[in-house]
Amino acid sequence: MRTGLATALGVLLLLLAGCSSGGGGRGGPITLRFQSLAWQQESVAANKALVKEWNATHPDVKVEYVQGGWDGVHDQLLTSFEGGEAPDVIHDASDDLADFAYGGYLADLTGLLPARLKSDIPQHSWETTAFGDGIYGVPFLQEPRVLIANATWLRDAGVRIPAPERPWSWAEFRRITKRLSGDGKYGVAWPLKEPVSATLNLALSAGGQLFHRGDGGKVTVRFEAGDAVVPRTVHDQVAIDHSAPASTLGSGGSDTLPGFFGGRYAMVPLGFSYRQQIVQQAPKGFDWEVLPAPAGADGLTQGVSPQTLSIAADCPHKKEAAEFIDFLLRPRNMVRLALGDWMLPTGTRALKDPALHTAKYGWDTGTALASRLRPAPAQSVRGYPEWKDKVATPAFQEYYSGSIGLAGLRGRLERDGNLVLARYQR
Amino acid sequence: MRTRPAARAGQYAALLAYLAFLAFPFLWLLSTAFKSPRELGSLHPAWIPRHPTLGNFRQAFDQQPLLHAALNSLLVALGAAVIAVVLATPMAYVMARHRSPLSRAATGWVVVSQAFPFVLVIIPLFLVLKHLRLIDSLAGLGMVYAVWTLPFALWMLVGYVRAVPGELEEAAAVDGAGRLRTLVSVTAPLLAPGIAATALFAFVTAWNEFFFALVLLKSPDKQTLPVVLTHFIGAEGVADLGPLAAAASLATLPSLLVFALIQRRITGGLLAGAVKS
Repeated sequence: MRTGLATALGVLLLLLAGCSSGGGGRGGPITLRFQSLAWQQESVAANKALVKEWNATHPDVKVEYVQGGWDGVHDQLLTSFEGGEAPDVIHDASDDLADFAYGGYLADLTGLLPARLKSDIPQHSWETTAFGDGIYGVPFLQEPRVLIANATWLRDAGVRIPAPERPWSWAEFRRITKRLSGDGKYGVAWPLKEPVSATLNLALSAGGQLFHRGDGGKVTVRFEAGDAVVPRTVHDQVAIDHSAPASTLGSGGSDTLPGFFGGRYAMVPLGFSYRQQIVQQAPKGFDWEVLPAPAGADGLTQGVSPQTLSIAADCPHKKEAAEFIDFLLRPRNMVRLALGDWMLPTGTRALKDPALHTAKYGWDTGTALASRLRPAPAQSVRGYPEWKDKVATPAFQEYYSGSIGLAGLRGRLERDGNLVLARYQR
Repeated sequence: MRTRPAARAGQYAALLAYLAFLAFPFLWLLSTAFKSPRELGSLHPAWIPRHPTLGNFRQAFDQQPLLHAALNSLLVALGAAVIAVVLATPMAYVMARHRSPLSRAATGWVVVSQAFPFVLVIIPLFLVLKHLRLIDSLAGLGMVYAVWTLPFALWMLVGYVRAVPGELEEAAAVDGAGRLRTLVSVTAPLLAPGIAATALFAFVTAWNEFFFALVLLKSPDKQTLPVVLTHFIGAEGVADLGPLAAAASLATLPSLLVFALIQRRITGGLLAGAVKS
């Protein structure tokens, strides 16, 4: 018995030792590790196919595909950076980059990227990854927030169907959702589990800025008329018109889909990529369409945090890593990545691809919005994560649920918010 | 003492409600794993899938290397359980049998050490493991899990050792048994249920752990099952629910299997000697 146990223990330890890292000595072709956060089946396939194509044509620079996940990626990368073990090419989102860029963990790409790529991506997209004097990521995929609508319901109600060239105003949107509501049904369901980014990004349409950079670069919070348009619309739909249910305010986007398919809500504001889930889950014959989000004084403008590709500061082969990024983001390849993720490419040439202009699944509506996408308002504001978690999230939640009024919301965002930001700007 | 029928019925009802409460998440997970995407989007979800499908399982296996990840998890979890038990058993014996200020301080430290959050230790741990060339190594991860579970394993085993009457060891000594013989022939068999329970605890803890595995493993072929499961989740918590449920329900099976294999030993051991013959 004891012999058996000892043998089993020995075998186990040998197996564990056999699985340990060999270290992987250098020499021969260069190896770059590319950590991708692609997660949908088509997206993973597109990324892997592109890596395979690169490896087939670049025998001297081998790229190893490493599957990462969005869950916990910030902590994972931070630890890897601290330990000098980060992947060479890093897939992330632009709102996650500020800490890494200011921490010196990411390479400045300013002199590394080819002119073709620099000129292909619009300046306002580059602004999402520019911190200080450097550029720390290439923004390549982005998604606007759109209204996914029950087409039959809207048609039967006889309301005007908006288009990117003639969208609803926020006031018209409120009137229409009120008209669509009644008998336990609602014109819209707001999934506001993350109320801050949704509100701030949409508020750009009404000229809301919230964060104002003064002389010397110091940022302060000022809640002005433009900032109030979107929150007041949501609040009034929930608390006054009852055209939006209070029950979905704490939900994520996916949670509202069963109610949408079941005919409880006429519209749901969601990210553009949710269309994939809708295609998969919608009942047969369910007629849905993609509408632009309502427009304010600034038209269809809204904030986004694009997906990005960066290079680790510790990467010994930055030039080769930049060449690989350039390969991944050639217009044809950018289209493949965009289709795989159900998102929009940032590249102007990729955006012209006919595959992204089809009416099927609302691709054409999304593409028409691309030129109006701007950096999310708080992208480069230091202290924003703390402001969001400690001040803005509870304040917006209380406002939307009716616990505080607009004056209370303004007071919390400005007074408490500026105290938080001041600590980061001493 | 006799129990009234009404009280007994109430007890059974409470027990059934508790069992239902415990079983609900797993049964719902199983139900979800067999539903088609359209049924997952239904406003009125059914317990029993109306059109059960294996499509989610097929997609989960097509999309991610689940079997390989499960093997990695199994190796790491078994290794951690064996190391934790081998180290904790003699330590627990000393702490239980030789009460001194030092053993009391050690017990206090064990309790306090459970309060450290992962994020506090991860960077120093990462640097130590890197120095030892144990980053991206299943052996390194197994050692981390063993150390991480050791305090609680130790605490559990101290209780089991204290439950073994010291008089039995004294009687064995009077009969001429040496220290080692007493430990092996008298104490160890009585401790077997405790050792099995501790091993199960260490195994399940290591099997389910996500954060250390996420941070310490780099190579795709080394990733453990909890890390691979997150690959079905996108930004802002959007999930590919069907394949995720299929993969997660498969991931619970080894824990259940290990528990089924050793639960008789645990309960049998606990009851042994309870009734005088």
